[in-house]
Amino acid sequence: MINSLLSGDLPRSKLLALLLGAIVICLALAPFLFPGVRTVDTAARICIFIVLVASYDLLLGYGGIVSFAHTMFFGVGAYGVALASTHMGRGFDAIAVGAASGAIIAALLALVIGLFSLRVRAIFFAMITLAVASAVAVLVSQMSGLTGGEDGLTFKLPRELGPAFKFGKETFDGTLFGVKLNGKLLAYYFVFLGALILFLGMLRVVNSPFGRVLQALRENDFRAEAIGYRVVYYRVAATCLSAAVAALAGSLYAVWLRYVGPDTTLSMEIMIDILLMVVIGGMGTMYGAIIGATLFVLAQNYLQNLMGAASGLVEGIPILPELLSADRWLLWLGVLFILSVYFFPTGVVGRLRQQS
Amino acid sequence: MTAAPEHAPTMAKMSLADRLAPWMPLLLVPALCILGFLAIPNTGSWLTLTVAGLAMGMMIFIMASGLTLVFGLMDVINFGHGAFVSVGAFVGISVILALSHMAEAPSLMLNLIALLVAVIGAMLATGVMGWAFEKVIVEPVYGFHLKQILVTMGGLIVVEQLIIVLWGPEEIYISRPEMLKGAITFAGAALEKYRLVAVGIGLLVFAAMRLVLRHTKIGLIVRAGVQNGEMVQALGYRLRLVFIGVFIAGSALAGLGGVMWGLYQEVITAHMGNQAMILIFIVVIIGGLGSVEGCFIGALLVGLTQNYVAFLEPKLALISNIGLMVAILMWRPMGMIPVVKAK
Repeated sequence: MINSLLSGDLPRSKLLALLLGAIVICLALAPFLFPGVRTVDTAARICIFIVLVASYDLLLGYGGIVSFAHTMFFGVGAYGVALASTHMGRGFDAIAVGAASGAIIAALLALVIGLFSLRVRAIFFAMITLAVASAVAVLVSQMSGLTGGEDGLTFKLPRELGPAFKFGKETFDGTLFGVKLNGKLLAYYFVFLGALILFLGMLRVVNSPFGRVLQALRENDFRAEAIGYRVVYYRVAATCLSAAVAALAGSLYAVWLRYVGPDTTLSMEIMIDILLMVVIGGMGTMYGAIIGATLFVLAQNYLQNLMGAASGLVEGIPILPELLSADRWLLWLGVLFILSVYFFPTGVVGRLRQQS
Repeated sequence: MTAAPEHAPTMAKMSLADRLAPWMPLLLVPALCILGFLAIPNTGSWLTLTVAGLAMGMMIFIMASGLTLVFGLMDVINFGHGAFVSVGAFVGISVILALSHMAEAPSLMLNLIALLVAVIGAMLATGVMGWAFEKVIVEPVYGFHLKQILVTMGGLIVVEQLIIVLWGPEEIYISRPEMLKGAITFAGAALEKYRLVAVGIGLLVFAAMRLVLRHTKIGLIVRAGVQNGEMVQALGYRLRLVFIGVFIAGSALAGLGGVMWGLYQEVITAHMGNQAMILIFIVVIIGGLGSVEGCFIGALLVGLTQNYVAFLEPKLALISNIGLMVAILMWRPMGMIPVVKAK
């Protein structure tokens, strides 16, 4: 049962299996294990980023294609839900229409960009996506009539997903293990289940013959073409698929935040975060996305405090406090990123699998 | 047995289109200028915009030229190139601020000396940095495009953050040297002095680059290395050393471009290199990766298009460059002047 659910791609390392199990259980029971607005918010962010990073890994780790437009697709999905909910009124149909149209638009965008750049050289793709993504980010902040500009959009979701909606009054007296049964809880499980389905679906894709071909292209595209696989066709298909999943992750994010803005969905910083998560977790393994996203989001939320404390300790020494201050944590992540590309190109997951 | 057919060669002149094909990219620049002239009703504003576009193009060219050569020579794609632009700008502007008594004096001579010192300082700093970047970041990942993109991107993040550590997170506003402020009026058009200087420096850099590449031995080795590196190595040249030289020179040029770009915008931030990278990539792609001439023409096209479109339809200016890139890639998928690689 588990084997078929995971598409036959088991963790293949006891420690890794333990870690993954712990993370999944923690996420599944997050509202009960760690009640609190901030911790549940962190858990939801982890779920969404796992999907986003996994979809990026499909491109980078399996296809060997570097894209800098992944936040653009993420944003397309988020804005899809936001615009649909604004114009169609609150309701689950608005969410469905927004998510579907976001995914389709993202896939079409990816198709156009892919056909333009991937038919010549894969390296063009990295540059062109960077250019297009930044143009779209500026465009979104300029077209304030439609997208709310820099302020973004706040919108209403169905009542069932809001904190004002209470249920289970008769049977459980409105609480379960001391946790209030309200719409926010439902929203969390909406995000969690959505992320779970998307993740398992992607695991299915990379372990299918299609995923095999992608890996072959990554290792040696010339040889794969000689065997008879159309390189451009497979690469463009992978790009479109990855873009569509990223857009769906964006829709989940919009549902969770009930807000979209350029900074939360389209900014270059998020793109860099995704890159870091993929590399730290491990390229070319879907499980790397779980480890990478969890470590990164936790670090983002809690390590910064630690760095602030460390910077307080070395006060008085020139430059050191500035190097250690919480705002400079990207610096240390950058260093970590370079080192991990050099020394652990397979990331945490690859290391753990080697040991067993 | 039939006799062999009479030998009757036909001498067909190459058609005009065939003969023009290699010159087409070059003709695009004046064509774009004429198009702009027709679209913009006022001759004065057309001239202003053309000079502005050329100045912008020249600055982009200076920043982009190193990147394209580095790629052509060693197949190394450096996503951290923008870091040199930022560092160049910060070092150069710091020098100008330190020499403010010279930069603010109403004497062209003193102003230019201050500018020159700033440029030399910036180029030295970025040149040394380029050498270190090559040694530490790029060397271990030769031959792996994927890792190059990732690692150089990581390098860019680290350098950006170090700039913030050293110079603080706020953007720095600066004013141009005293005599380079303001504009001169020519044929009813206001031409900013600084832009004219930028055009001059850009032309100078391009001429010097062409001179070195076409008329010196080292240029010959570089051009041969772009076409067929293995053969050059087989002939006994240490291409590795040539490459380090080109990388350092390219970084120094990016530093020069950074100073000029910073003075042009009159504000510098740690992220300016990253923003410039977007224009640089567009230019390098439409020019043809590895081609200096293509890079030059591409930069001018991008500068002119951006300025014309910003005047005619400000909303479209953002995507005009993407549109230009799409149009050129439809016409020539490998860029305007593709580099012929001997395989």
